[in-house]
Amino acid sequence: MLGFLTRTRGKSRMDVTDILAWAWLILGTLVIAIPIGWAFLSSFKPEAEINSFPPTLLPRAAQELVIEGYDDPLPAYAWTDEQGQTRTVGLVRRIGLKATVVDPESPGERLSVDAGSIVKQTAIRPAWSNYTEPLERFAFLTYLKNSVFVTTVATILTLVLNSMAAFALSKYRFRGSTTIFVLMLSTLMLPLSVIMVPAFMVVVGLNLADNLWGVIFSTVATPTGVFLLRQYMLTIPDDLIEAARVDAASEFRIYWRIILPLSAPALAVLAIFSVIWRWNDFLWPLIVLSSPENYTLQLGLNAFQGQFTVQWHYILSMTVVALLPVTLIFLFLQRYITEGVASSGVK
Amino acid sequence: MTAFDDGYPPPGRARPMSAADRRDRVLEAGMRLLEWPFAQLQRLIGLRRMPWVFVLPNMALFTIFVFVPVLLAIGYAFTGGTELLLWNRPFVGLENFSRLLSCGSYLDPASCELDLFWTAVFNTAWYTAFNATGTLVVALVTALVLNRLTRGKAFFRAIFFYPVLLSPVVVALVWKWFLARNGLLNAVFADLMGQRTIFLLEVLWSRFWVVYVSIWFHMGFYTLIILAGLQAIPRDIYEAALIDGTSRWRQFWRLTLPLLMPNLLVVLVLLLIRSVQVFDEAWVLTDGGGPGTSNTFLVQFIYETAFATDVRLYGLASAASVLMGLALLVLTLVQLWLGKKAEN
Repeated sequence: MLGFLTRTRGKSRMDVTDILAWAWLILGTLVIAIPIGWAFLSSFKPEAEINSFPPTLLPRAAQELVIEGYDDPLPAYAWTDEQGQTRTVGLVRRIGLKATVVDPESPGERLSVDAGSIVKQTAIRPAWSNYTEPLERFAFLTYLKNSVFVTTVATILTLVLNSMAAFALSKYRFRGSTTIFVLMLSTLMLPLSVIMVPAFMVVVGLNLADNLWGVIFSTVATPTGVFLLRQYMLTIPDDLIEAARVDAASEFRIYWRIILPLSAPALAVLAIFSVIWRWNDFLWPLIVLSSPENYTLQLGLNAFQGQFTVQWHYILSMTVVALLPVTLIFLFLQRYITEGVASSGVK
Repeated sequence: MTAFDDGYPPPGRARPMSAADRRDRVLEAGMRLLEWPFAQLQRLIGLRRMPWVFVLPNMALFTIFVFVPVLLAIGYAFTGGTELLLWNRPFVGLENFSRLLSCGSYLDPASCELDLFWTAVFNTAWYTAFNATGTLVVALVTALVLNRLTRGKAFFRAIFFYPVLLSPVVVALVWKWFLARNGLLNAVFADLMGQRTIFLLEVLWSRFWVVYVSIWFHMGFYTLIILAGLQAIPRDIYEAALIDGTSRWRQFWRLTLPLLMPNLLVVLVLLLIRSVQVFDEAWVLTDGGGPGTSNTFLVQFIYETAFATDVRLYGLASAASVLMGLALLVLTLVQLWLGKKAEN
């Protein structure tokens, strides 16, 4: 392990630059991991715990004791008596400096003790209700469904439409093909913020405002996707197509049975990106969708955090839900993503 | 075992159909069903028009949702009123632009008719300056460090890239919680300073954190691009330098940096283009550009003027969009020019 860590390029000893480089890597890793890890751990804390300061690292909850003769479970405390012995008791009430406690061994007997001699007992216990309650009590299940719907449908449409266009632009020479390609490329750099108002008017004109389809249709014809697939399809030899034509295959059959399967690697990269883009989209859905029952998860989360600013236990759990799909994709398909970005400059 | 048992069914006797065979047949039939209308279409219009059939669906959506809005954007900027549909809007000429640009002094937002617009312009300017330089430096250092790793490169590259994939809302909320009154930073900060600070409610702190979070969020992307540029530098140049006994520092300043410069310039312009459009994460992190208007940026001004107020001033918002679009166009042209130069 040490050998692995201290290995350097061609030299036997670590010099100053090696140490600085490793310091940078470790610092960077911590800077990236700590806020996310902190939010993740906090998302399991019960409401009382999350609002306490200084914060604890792990989610803890007050322990409770069920004692005979008491309807509700009592909060558990550790009581140190005059002889210095410690035992677990249930707190009945606390008035000023005195506390009334009950020993579970002798439930009939109430003891009056110094409030200073008892310490609240907690145990590590994740509050799963942080995750279940927002789905049940608030509309998060709807937001989640909307997000899944938009992401799935938009990704499928993106793959189909972009690959068809890329097929035409890479395997045929027809009048206007260069014009189309250049027009598409020129809008690669065109940001949404510049065409926000007229794009919304188009959506309103098509009667798609406040409708998930308004979000889907306007995002599926990505110039990035066409460009990525076209560049890949250019590398597929044309002989295959000629051979298929000789066998009297229709053009659609060539696209469907030959080009599409051979473009699988590029399609996979586009699919990954499309899922991430659509899952994370914010500004455009914010403009198009106005009623809460149509919100995507990102919009719902934003609206919820603006409305219930103190409900951090819910906000954080839903934040974790929102980052989970992307994280899973990244864990399993990390190589495709970083290579896709490095080779095409797509984000 | 007989001589004929070569895995094929003996002649004259049909092999029983397996579940997989049946699935294949259904799939095949489905595919043929899908191909049939397209084959008919091809027979009708001929092979030479088929590419149009393939390109049309994508082009139609692209035209409706991108090209048409681009053309309309300019139309909106010259109209007034609060109607959304362009043909219901009165033509007002340059009024929107003159309102945006009417200022006592361009250095003082308070002297302008639309002081919020100029505040947003100034905020975007300082944000762009700090964010672009900050991200460039951090990404360059990270790329240099990653490039010299022999092992574990993929691992660290993945770690630095991970935040890029998160949604702006998630990033904003993760950091909002980190910086909260009860957050982790205050737990450390209170020990050192003796008091808690609500970072996002103080002007300077909030501006610092907006830039910091943005660098944290996006630097992985630029690291990858710079790293690709570094890997394109031929190795033998360094070997020659090694023989000459050049020191590491000299190597960096005299070899790596000049060779990387075209790549870095393209990255810098890309960063400027993206920084000017800052909105999502900053907006959520600062609860809509707060405290006050210290973190109100251009896109927020456009969004709120057009969509988030009772009186929806689409014309004014579009005029601001057009001004921003012009700035971005200049930057894009610079980038294209730099990219061409880098290729030569």
